[in-house]
Amino acid sequence: MANDGIIGLVELLRMASLTIPVSSTVAFVEAAGLLGTDLRSVYWAGRATLAHSPAEIALYDLVFRNWILGSEIALTDLAPVAGESLVVGDEDNGDSDQPDTSEAESDDTQLLRFSRTETLRAMDFAALSEEERAESDRAIAEMRVVAITRKSQRRQRSNRRGGDLDLRRSIRESLRTGGEPMRLRTRHRSRVPRRVVILADVSGSMTTYSRPLLRFAHAAVNARAKVEAFAVGTRVTRLTRELTTRDPDEAMRRATASVPDWSGGTRLGEGIGRFNDEYGTKGMARGAIVVILSDGWDRGDAKQLASEMERLSRVAYRIVWANPLKASEGYAPLARGMAAALPFIDEFIEGHSLDSLDRLSDIISDSSPRPLRSAGLRTLKEVDR
Amino acid sequence: MTNTPFTSIAEVAAGMADAGYLADEGLATAVFLALSMGRPLLLEGEPGVGKTEVAKALSARTGGELIRLQCYEGLDAAQALYEWDYPRQLLHLRTAEAAGTIGTNVAEVENELYSERFLIRRPLLDAISSRHVVAPVLLIDELDRADDEFEAFLLEMLADNAVTIPEIGTFRAAIAPIVVITSNRTRDVHDALKRRCLYHWVEHPDLDRELAIVSLRVPGANEVLARQVSLLVAELRTIGLFKPPGVAETIDWVMALTALGKTAIDADSVEASLGAVVKYREDAERVRAHGIPALVESAQRQR
Repeated sequence: MANDGIIGLVELLRMASLTIPVSSTVAFVEAAGLLGTDLRSVYWAGRATLAHSPAEIALYDLVFRNWILGSEIALTDLAPVAGESLVVGDEDNGDSDQPDTSEAESDDTQLLRFSRTETLRAMDFAALSEEERAESDRAIAEMRVVAITRKSQRRQRSNRRGGDLDLRRSIRESLRTGGEPMRLRTRHRSRVPRRVVILADVSGSMTTYSRPLLRFAHAAVNARAKVEAFAVGTRVTRLTRELTTRDPDEAMRRATASVPDWSGGTRLGEGIGRFNDEYGTKGMARGAIVVILSDGWDRGDAKQLASEMERLSRVAYRIVWANPLKASEGYAPLARGMAAALPFIDEFIEGHSLDSLDRLSDIISDSSPRPLRSAGLRTLKEVDR
Repeated sequence: MTNTPFTSIAEVAAGMADAGYLADEGLATAVFLALSMGRPLLLEGEPGVGKTEVAKALSARTGGELIRLQCYEGLDAAQALYEWDYPRQLLHLRTAEAAGTIGTNVAEVENELYSERFLIRRPLLDAISSRHVVAPVLLIDELDRADDEFEAFLLEMLADNAVTIPEIGTFRAAIAPIVVITSNRTRDVHDALKRRCLYHWVEHPDLDRELAIVSLRVPGANEVLARQVSLLVAELRTIGLFKPPGVAETIDWVMALTALGKTAIDADSVEASLGAVVKYREDAERVRAHGIPALVESAQRQR
């Protein structure tokens, strides 16, 4: 097999949406040269140089099989990503069946528009017209999320008293005074912002609300906060990378494209369990502020949700649950899933409007001491039992 | 390209087996490629599958010194690269002062202070030190625990096998170290670093391999016991534990039961030594709910 033959494999992988820089191709050719040109060698050479995660290995295996079979047709099955992003786009446009108010209000004065923004802030995301939604998206993009800090292991020079002796600086300065250390320099533990982990339920009923929350996450990422975002459905999809582009619309398009089960059903306990297994308890949720957006309607086992929430609560610094249903009058968290999760939640908010996202931002930056899991919520759990 | 002691994949597998590590085809290939191409090997996988052991086995086989850098949050250049030996610098300064040389030539004293004499080599600098006769094995363990910034200076070191110290100059490795990086994937390692490395995802071994590993690592263990424990652990991995046991746990368990004088498993000793293999209260409960006698029985039945 000549080099241009095995480069065909790289082409196919790229078609299947794997990112392969030229340097990796070069490494692949070099590796194949070392191992030999039989299929087995080419397989391992490619796997070690072109795939860099379990997910990529799975994709690589599929593409490799197609490559040796020479069937490029089946490749369309490998790229559900592109297909789904189109569907999501359509859905967006289809949502605008509410009467378009832009024409009627185009003459509005600046003042009127301002007051409209004010009312907009309290409006339920589900009730927004296309134009209002655009406006609310802009408002979200302007939110500045600053997470509370914790002590870091990293030390910084400072001129405060106390702290640890900074020998490096003290000695350097003592050179100026003939080796006599006149001033002792010190270092202090610096503070770093806590990580914010957003788990957005992307089941059908929650789509309207998960979008604004992901935009919120995007704004936070752009404000250089440490944010990780996940879509939780039947699977757990990490969206952090998708949210790093500057353009919020592009970020949203990429994020929605990468979620395989956008608007699928929910098994929340299972989803949060996956998150715990794959990321959460390994370190991502440790000491973090975890924000869960869900209506608490869980088709799965409520017991499982409770035990997964307990696991999460043991590593997380603070758990915030945003439930848009909470905004409706007379709401009580009686849905089985919600009731099961409540004892492990620190803050229970609405998350249905701009105002409530502001509230979320406040909670994230609230530096008051860590609250005990709310006593009121605990009572509710006991009532439920 | 580099001074690899292996000329084929089979040799890698055999060499590592000599050192007590049974590598499967994929891992042996990745190791062979990493050594031949002179690139770092990035190993990811569940905790307990033996990522760290790879480096130890390589070091044992090649005779290169194992230099280990355990990553943690806040790890910085002073702990990973080098630091100056301040107390000795101070002492030196005092001595120079007492000898009366400091007033005459300040520049010279300062040059002396920042010479290799007063340099403390941390793992990364140590790995490219000229004192090595055989390529050392540099193990950068649990890279995902370190901050992003750490990856940046690691990248520089890996790219050129060189480290620059402003006060002295650039140190370049005469013999490039064998670099093994492990990660538990609590966060993604940067693409730039991944691209420099050869990647391998380490899986739990299959039953036969696990059994072979156990008899290699616990030579005194009863064969029946080792087989039953391996079967039992394989079963435990399928019942949805929060932390499924790895090979390390299998080895611990066989050791524990061997220490208890067992030659086969029974429900009581499994119950008593469950802590060797299951590390969470919830997991222990789940195993008990599953029924220890039933688990033991099914492991005893299979031959």
